[in-house]
Amino acid sequence: MLKRQHMPIVVTVALFILIFIAGSFRYTGFFSAQVLLNLLIDNAFLLIVAIGMTFVIVSGGIDLSVGSVIALTTMISATLLQDGWPAGVVIPLVLFIGAVFGAGMGAIIHYFKIQPFIVTLAGMFLARGLCYVISTNTITITDPFYTSVAQTKVSLPGGTFISISVLIALLVFAAAFYLAHYTRFGRNTYALGGSEQSAVLMGLPVARTKVGVYMFSGFCSALGGVVFTFYMLSGYGLHAIGMELDAIAAVVIGGTLLTGGFGYVAGTLFGVLIQGVIQTIISFEGTLSSWWTRIVIGLLLFLFIVLQKLFSSRQLLQKRRA
Amino acid sequence: MKHHLFWPLTVLALLLLFNLLYDPSFFSIKIRDGHLYGTLIDILNFGAPLMLVAIGMTLVIATKGIDLSVGSIVAITGAMACLTISKGADQNALGLVLTAVGLSLALSLALGLWNGFLVAGVGIQPIIATLILMVAGRGIAQLITSGQIITVTSDRYEYIGAGALFTLPFSIFIVAAVFAAASLLTRKTAIGMFIEAVGNKPVASRLAGIRSRSVVIAVYLFCGLCAGIAGLILSSNVSSADGNNAGLWYELDAILAVVIGGTSLNGGRFYLAGTVIGALIIQTLTTTIYMTGVPPEITLVVKAFVVLVVCLIQSESFRKTLTHRWKTRRYPAEKELTRHA
Repeated sequence: MLKRQHMPIVVTVALFILIFIAGSFRYTGFFSAQVLLNLLIDNAFLLIVAIGMTFVIVSGGIDLSVGSVIALTTMISATLLQDGWPAGVVIPLVLFIGAVFGAGMGAIIHYFKIQPFIVTLAGMFLARGLCYVISTNTITITDPFYTSVAQTKVSLPGGTFISISVLIALLVFAAAFYLAHYTRFGRNTYALGGSEQSAVLMGLPVARTKVGVYMFSGFCSALGGVVFTFYMLSGYGLHAIGMELDAIAAVVIGGTLLTGGFGYVAGTLFGVLIQGVIQTIISFEGTLSSWWTRIVIGLLLFLFIVLQKLFSSRQLLQKRRA
Repeated sequence: MKHHLFWPLTVLALLLLFNLLYDPSFFSIKIRDGHLYGTLIDILNFGAPLMLVAIGMTLVIATKGIDLSVGSIVAITGAMACLTISKGADQNALGLVLTAVGLSLALSLALGLWNGFLVAGVGIQPIIATLILMVAGRGIAQLITSGQIITVTSDRYEYIGAGALFTLPFSIFIVAAVFAAASLLTRKTAIGMFIEAVGNKPVASRLAGIRSRSVVIAVYLFCGLCAGIAGLILSSNVSSADGNNAGLWYELDAILAVVIGGTSLNGGRFYLAGTVIGALIIQTLTTTIYMTGVPPEITLVVKAFVVLVVCLIQSESFRKTLTHRWKTRRYPAEKELTRHA
C-alpha cells in the first residue's frame, strides 16, 4: 500500500517516466540508455546544487545565492590555477570558501533573525560582485588535472558512459540521502522546518542545525561550482545566472513543500531529471527555441505548487475531521 | 524618535556631498537646445524606471508580500510595445504608438492580476507565487521578441523615455504622476490604512470587515502596472526591446530601494517618499561609482553591504546584541533577570 506522504514523489517520478516515454515515441533515437545518462551528465552541477537547496527549503528557508557561489567558485578556481596553484589545493580551498560563505549567511539569518530571502539575496550580490572584482573577463582553464577530468569517460556496460561529474553528483546524492533520513542532523532539519518554535521547545540544537543547513548548501554550491568548472573549463562572472531558480524549481517539482518540513532528496533527483528531459525534448524537436524551456518549467512549477496546495489543504481537512 | 526620512535623506546627502567634493561639476546643469543637461538630471532620468517599480513594490511589501516578477514584467511590456510598433506600416503614427502603449499596459495589468490571483485567490506564498512569473516571464519576453532584439524607429515612442517636457525629461513627469496618484490614494483615502492593516494581520483585518483579498489583488495589479510603465520607459529610452536583459535584477534593486526607504519587509508600514529616496540613493550610488572610475562591477558588492547593513539595523535582535553588552555592564542584575525571563 502506498503511503500518503509518498504521493508527491510518486507524481514526480510518474511524470518523468511519462515525459520520457512520450519523447521516445515521438523521436527516433530518444529511447536509449545514453540519452538517459546524458541527462545526468548535463545536469550534474544542478543536481548537486539542488540537493543543498532541498535541505534549506526543508528547513523552511531559501537560498538565492547558489548561482553566484557557483560563478565565484569557477572564478576563484580559474584565477588560482592560472597563477600556478595545484588543483589539489584549489579544490579543497573553494569548497571551504563555499561552506564558510554559507555558514556566515546562516549565522546572520539565525542570530539576527533576518529573513533568509534577504540575507541570501545580499549573499548573491556579494558573490557575483566578488567575481567581477577578480576579473570581468572569461579565464580559461588549461590545468592538466581539470582537462583530464573533463574528458574522462567512465564506460558502463552496453557501450554507454558517464562523466566523473556524474559520479561526484551521485556520491553527493547518496550522502545527502543518508544525511536526511538516517542522522540526527537530518531529523533536526525536518523538525526545524515543521515548526521552529516546537524545535526550540523540544531542546533541539536549532542554531547549529540552521547554520549547518546553510553551510551544507554553500558547500554544495561550491562543489557544484567545481563540477561546473569541469564542464565549462573556464571561470566567468556571468556563469550560472538564474541557476538559483532552476534549483528551486527542481526542488519544488521534486515534491518538497516550500513551507518547509516536508520533502525528499530523491524527489529532487527526479525534479532535476524532469528539467533535463524537457531540455532534451526541446533540443530534439529542433524547431522549438530554447526559451520554451523556461516557459514550460514555469508552468510545471505552477502545476506543482497548486498540487501541493491541494494536497496540504486536503491533509489539513482530514486532520480536522479525525 | 526621528522622522522616518531622516536616515535615507542623510545617506543621499552624504553621497551628494562626496560627489561635490570629488568633482564639483557633478552639480552643473547646462541648458542646450532648450533641454537641461547634467548629472543630476541623468540620475533622475535613469532612475525613473527604478522609482516606478519600487513604488509598486512598496505597496506589495506593505501587505507582507513581495513581487519577484517585476523584472520579467518590465521585459515583457517593453517587448510587447516594440513588437506592436515594429509591425506597423508607419512606426511614427500616433495611433500605433498609443495602441502599443495601451496593449503593453493591459498586458502588465493582466500579469499583475495573475500574481494577485495566485497570492490572494489560491493562497500561495508571495515569494513562490511571483517566482513562477519570474521564471516563465523571461521566456515569454523572448517568445514575443523571437529571441531577437527588436529595434524601432519611432520618435513618438521614444518620447516616453527620452523626450523632454518643460526642459525636463518626460519620464520624471510620469514618475511624479504615479507617485502623486499612489500617495493621494493611500494617504487621502482609506486604502492606505487597509493595506497596512492587511500587512499587519490578514485575519484580523478580514474580521474587521476589510476585504483583504481585494486589497491584495489591487496591490499586485498596481505593482504590475508600475513595472509595465517602467518597461515602456526603459525600452523607449533605447528604442529597442531585449527579452533577455531588459529589467534584469530590477526586482532586487526595487526591493533594496524599498528597504532603504524604511519600509520593513515584515509588512504593515510603508513610506512611499522613503522608497523614492531609496531608489535615488541606488541610482546616485551607481552614477557615483561610474564617475569615480571604480570598476562599475563593484556596484554589486557595495549593494550587498548596503542591504546587509540596512537589514541589520532594522533587525531587533541585532540592536539588542549591540545595546545588550553596554546595558548589562551597568546593571549586572539585569543579566540575571533576562536569563530567567
